[in-house]
Amino acid sequence: MRGATHAKWAACAAAVALAATACGGGGSSDSGGGDGSSVLSASWGDPQNPLEPANTNEVQGGKVLDMVFRGLKRYDPKTGKAEDMLADKIDTTDSQNFTVTIKSGWKFSNGEAVTAKSFVDAWNYGASLKNNQKNAYFFGYIEGYDKVHPDSGSQSATTLTGLKVTGTDTFTIKLTQKFSTFPDTLGYAAYSPLPSTFFSDHAAWLKKPVGNGPYTISSYTKGSQMKLVKWDGYTGEDKAENGGVTLKVYTDNNTAYTDLMAGNLDLVDDIPASQLKNVKSDLGSRYINTPAGIIQTLAFPYYDKNWNKSGSEKVRTGLSMAINRDQITNTIFQKTRTPATDWTSPVLGTEGGFQDGLCGDACKYNPTEAKKLVQEGGGIPGGQVKITYNADTGSHKEWVDAVCNSINNALGNDKACVGNPVGTFADFRNQIGQHKMTGPFRAGWQMDYPLIQNFLQPLYYTNASSNDGQWSNKDFDKLVDRANAETDTSKAIKLFQQAEGVVRDNMAAIPLWYQNGSAGYSDRLSNVALNPFSVPVYNEIKVS
Amino acid sequence: MPEQPFEPERAIAGTGMGGPMDLATSEAETLEKTPGGPEGTGPSGKPHSLWSDAWRDLRRNPVFIISALVILFLVVISLWPSLIASGNPLKCDLAKAQEGSQPGHPFGYDGQGCDVYTRTVYGTRTSVTVGVLATLGVAIFGSVLGGLAGFFGGVWDSILSRLTDIFFAIPVVLGGLVLLSVVTSNTVWPVIGFMVLLGWPQISRIARGSVITAKQNDYVQAARALGASNSRLLLRHITPNAVAPVIVVATIALGTYISLEATLSYLGVGLKPPTVSWGIDISAASQYIRNAPHMLLWPAGALAITVLAFIMLGDAVRDALDPKLR
Amino acid sequence: MGRYVIRRLLQMIPVFIGATLLIFLMVNVMGDPIAGLCGERQCDPATAAQLKREFGLDKPVWQQYLTYMGNVFTGDFGTAFTGQKVTELMSTAFPVTIRLTVVAIVFEVVIGITLGVLTGLKRGRPIDTTVLLLTLVVISVPTFVTGLLLQLLLGVEWGWIKPSVSPEATFSELIVPGLVLASVSLAYVTRLTRTSIAENRRSDYVRTAVAKGLPRHRVIIRHLLRNSLIPVVTFIGTDIGALMGGAIVTERIFNIHGVGYQLYQGIVRQNTQTVVGFVTVLVLVFLIANLLVDLLYAVLDPRIRYA
Repeated sequence: MRGATHAKWAACAAAVALAATACGGGGSSDSGGGDGSSVLSASWGDPQNPLEPANTNEVQGGKVLDMVFRGLKRYDPKTGKAEDMLADKIDTTDSQNFTVTIKSGWKFSNGEAVTAKSFVDAWNYGASLKNNQKNAYFFGYIEGYDKVHPDSGSQSATTLTGLKVTGTDTFTIKLTQKFSTFPDTLGYAAYSPLPSTFFSDHAAWLKKPVGNGPYTISSYTKGSQMKLVKWDGYTGEDKAENGGVTLKVYTDNNTAYTDLMAGNLDLVDDIPASQLKNVKSDLGSRYINTPAGIIQTLAFPYYDKNWNKSGSEKVRTGLSMAINRDQITNTIFQKTRTPATDWTSPVLGTEGGFQDGLCGDACKYNPTEAKKLVQEGGGIPGGQVKITYNADTGSHKEWVDAVCNSINNALGNDKACVGNPVGTFADFRNQIGQHKMTGPFRAGWQMDYPLIQNFLQPLYYTNASSNDGQWSNKDFDKLVDRANAETDTSKAIKLFQQAEGVVRDNMAAIPLWYQNGSAGYSDRLSNVALNPFSVPVYNEIKVS
Repeated sequence: MPEQPFEPERAIAGTGMGGPMDLATSEAETLEKTPGGPEGTGPSGKPHSLWSDAWRDLRRNPVFIISALVILFLVVISLWPSLIASGNPLKCDLAKAQEGSQPGHPFGYDGQGCDVYTRTVYGTRTSVTVGVLATLGVAIFGSVLGGLAGFFGGVWDSILSRLTDIFFAIPVVLGGLVLLSVVTSNTVWPVIGFMVLLGWPQISRIARGSVITAKQNDYVQAARALGASNSRLLLRHITPNAVAPVIVVATIALGTYISLEATLSYLGVGLKPPTVSWGIDISAASQYIRNAPHMLLWPAGALAITVLAFIMLGDAVRDALDPKLR
Repeated sequence: MGRYVIRRLLQMIPVFIGATLLIFLMVNVMGDPIAGLCGERQCDPATAAQLKREFGLDKPVWQQYLTYMGNVFTGDFGTAFTGQKVTELMSTAFPVTIRLTVVAIVFEVVIGITLGVLTGLKRGRPIDTTVLLLTLVVISVPTFVTGLLLQLLLGVEWGWIKPSVSPEATFSELIVPGLVLASVSLAYVTRLTRTSIAENRRSDYVRTAVAKGLPRHRVIIRHLLRNSLIPVVTFIGTDIGALMGGAIVTERIFNIHGVGYQLYQGIVRQNTQTVVGFVTVLVLVFLIANLLVDLLYAVLDPRIRYA
C-alpha cells in the first residue's frame, strides 16, 4: 500500500500546484507590458541585408523598420501624404538650404533622447562608403556626398559637409541642387535616427535593433522569426493597438496562405496569384485589396541596336496594344492589379500628378492595330520577343506567360513571344547590369516616397540608378531638371507630367498594371489595412 | 590476385539519385553472384545463352508485355503527337483559364487557358526524350568509364572510385539548383547534360563491378591465354556478359530522370518555355490543387504511368535475367 | 581492421577536397552575387567594389577556395550576406534537419522492413502485388506532389496537422514531413528487403532451422532477417547523407528552417560561403556514414574481412 500512498500524496501536491497557478492570475508573460494575449502572427520573409535603416531596400526589412522607427516625416497610411512626425518644422528660403527643428520629448526605447545629433550621425553613417550601406544614394543630394562616397577610390571624409548640428533639436541640411520636394522624401526609412548604442555596440544592436517606434524587438531569430512587442513608453500619437507582432519567415507564400487557412497564422500579405481565385470564398471580408505605389512595366534594352533604330517605337507601341491587360488582371490577378494607363500610380492622386488615360490608345487592347504597327515598325527584331524575368519570387511566371500568349494571339504567331525565366533575382540583376538583355524585361518599381518625381527620374533619366534599359532623351532630362528646381509644387508637377509625355511618345517602357497590396487575415483580427507601400499598418490592427 | 568482386564498397551504392540505383545495384549484384555467366555461343545446336533464356521468360511475363506496350505507345505519340491530339499546345485562351473538362477538351484548361490534354500529349515527347537521352548518356559514359576501370584495375580504378565518391557526395537537387539556375538556353540539353553529369557515377559503379566479375570467368582467362588483345576481350567476351546489370539499372533510372525533371521545374530551374513538358505543367499546377486539381492530375498521372512502365520493364528484365529467383 | 580504417580515412581526403572544390566552382559559376543585393537598381560602383572586397570576391577563384577551406579548418565557415556567421546558421539549421532525418529513417526502417519481410515471404500473392504496386506509385510520383497533396489533405481539408512546421520543429510536427521525405527511400527499402528475403528464404540454413522445429517467427527474425538486412543496412546508411542534403523540396513545402532551407536561400542569393559551408559538412557526414556502414558490414557478415 505504500506505493499507493506515495501516489496519493503526489496527486494531491500536483492538484494544489495546478490550483495555485490557476488562481495566480492571468497575467501575460511577454516582456514590455501590454496585453500578452493580443499578439498577432504575420508572414515575413528573410531580409537580405542587415537591418540597418540605410541598408534595407526591400519590403521585408522595411516592415520591421516601419514598426521600430519613426523619422522626421511619416506617410499617412491612408492617403500617402507626408506628414510631420518628429519634425516640428522644416524651413527653407531657397529650396536648397533647409533648417530642421525636431520635436522634443521623443526617446529611443533604451531611454536615450532623440536629438538632432541622432539624425546627423545616422545620416553620416548611411552615406559613408566604408559602411557599405546599400541605400547610401539617398543622401546623394546632400553636399559633401561625393567626398564621403566617391564613385571610385577611397573616401576623403567621413561626414557630410552639408549636415550641421546647430542645437540639441536643430540641424541644417545643404543640398547640391535645388530640390523643392526634398522634405517630403524624409519619410523614407533610410532617414531614421539612430541611438548611440548603434555606434558603440554595433554587433549587439544588429542582433536586437533598438529604435524609437511604437514597437520594440523582444527576440530575433535570424532567418526564422522575430517577436515585436508594444512599447509602452512610446510618446507618439500612433500607439500600437495590439500587444505585439510575431513575424514568421516563410520560404513560400503558398505555405503561409495554407497556414492562414488552417488557423496557424493571423496575417498574410501579398497573397500569391494562384490563391487569388478562392481567396474571397475562403476569407470573405477578411481579404483586403488596396492600391499601392507599385507599377509593373516592361523595359527595353536601348543599348541593343535592334531596339533603338527608327521604327522601334512603333514596334513597342504595337506590342503594348497586343497585351490584353484587362483580361490578364482579371483572370490571373483577380483584380489585385489595375491596367496601367500612365507611368505613375493612382496612389499619387490627381494632385500628386497621376493622369489616368495619359497612355491613351497605346495601352488599350487592339490586336489588328497592334499587328499593323509592329509590321510598320519593321517587325519584331530577330523574329521573336523574349521577355526576361526572375522566376524565384512574385508570381512573375504566370503573368509573363499570359502576356506572351496575348501577344501571340494578337499577332497570330505562336512563337512571336516567349518567356525567358532567370533562376534567381541576383542573376537577373546581374544580367541587367551587364547589359545582356536582348528583349523586353520585367521592370517593377515600388515607390520610395509618394512623389511623381520618384516614378520618373530614377527610371528614365539618363544614367539614372534604376534606368536599367539605358534609355536616354535630352528633352526628358531637361524637363526633369526644371521640375526639380521649381519651387511651386503644382508647377513642378506639371513639368514632371510633360516629361512623362515624352516617355509616352517614345514608349520608353510599356506600362502594364498598377499593383495593389493584398492581405488576408484570421478572424482574431480587425481594423487591418495596408499602407500605400503595401505593408500592413501593424500598429492599428486590433486583436480580439 | 584480382580484387574481390564482393567488395563492400560496391554494395554501398550512394544515393545521389535518391535511391533507385541502390535497389537496382544490390539486385544487380545477385545477377553477378551467380557463378558461371552465360554459356558461350556454341558452334552448333540450340544456343541456350542467358539472353535467349531471358527473352523466352520475358515473352511470357504479362508485366513485361504490358509495360512494353505502354512504352511503345508513348514512343509513338512522342514522335507523332498529332495522331491523338489535334490542337496546338501553345495556343492559349486566357478567358478559359482553369476551367474543367468540356466537350472537345477532356482534360480541361490550365492556368493560362491552354488545353491540358494537348499539352499532356505533346509533353510526352519532351519528357520521354529527356529521360531516354539522359539515360543513354549516363549509361554510355558510365559504362565506359566504369568498365575500363574495372578491366584495367590498379591506379585507374582508384582514381575512378574517388571520382565517383566525389560526385556521389553532391546532393542532386542542390547541384541542379546551382548549375541550372544560370542556364540561359531554353533547349533540353542543359537539363540532360546536368543529369548525365551527376548520374554517371551510379552506372559506372555497376559497370565496374560487373566487368570485374566477368573478367574472372574461365572463358576470359582462356581467351587471354590464347592471345586475345584487350580490345577483343572487352568487346567480344566481357561486354555482352557484363551488360545485364547496367540495363536493369538504366531502365529504372530512366523513370527517375523523368521524375527529376518535374522536381527541377518545381524549383524553378527546369526546362524553359516554349518547351512543353510534364514537369513544367505539374509544377505550375501544384499551386492550384485546391481550385483546379485537374490541372495537376492529368500530367502527373501521365508521368506516373510512364515512370511506372519503365520501372516495371526494368523489374521484368531483372527477373528474367536472375536465375536465383526461379 | 585498423589498417582498413586508416586506408579509408586517407581515401576520404581527396574525395573531401574534390567534392568541396566541385561545389565551390559550381556556385561560382553562378556569377556575381553582389548585383542582387541592391534591390531593383544597380549598386553604386564604390559600394559594389567594397562589398566584393569584404566578401573576398575580388580574388581569383582558386585563391578564394584556398582561403575559404583554410578558414574552415579553424572553424570559420564564412559569413552570409545578412551579416550572420554561417556557423550560426548551421547551429539553428542542423538540429532541425537531424530531427527530420531521424523521423524519416525511423519510418524507412520500421515500415520498409516490415513490409519487405511480409512481401518477401509471400511472394506472388495478392499482398505482394499490392505492396509492390504501391511502392512503384510512390517512386513514380515526384516528392513535391505527394508533399503538397498531403499538406492540403491533412493540413487544410481534414485539419489533422498544421500545414507548416513552427520554428521549434518538434518531433511531432515533423511526422508528416518525415514521411514525405522518406517515401521514396521507404519504397526502396521495402523492395530491397523483399528481394533479399525472397533469395535467402531458400537457403540451407533456413531449411535447417525449420527442420529443427524452431517456431516461425524465430526463424524469420533470428536467422533470415539478420542475413537479409545487409544490403538494406548499407542502403539506409548511405541514405542518411542524401536525406539531409536532399530535403530542399520537403523543407520548402512545410516551411522547415533546416539545412535545405539554408541551402535554398544561399543559392537564390548566390552566397557562396553559405552553400559551400553547408555542403562541406554534408560531405563529411556522407563520407563518415559510408565508412561506418562499411565497418558495420564487416560486423554483420563474418565472411567479410578487411586486410
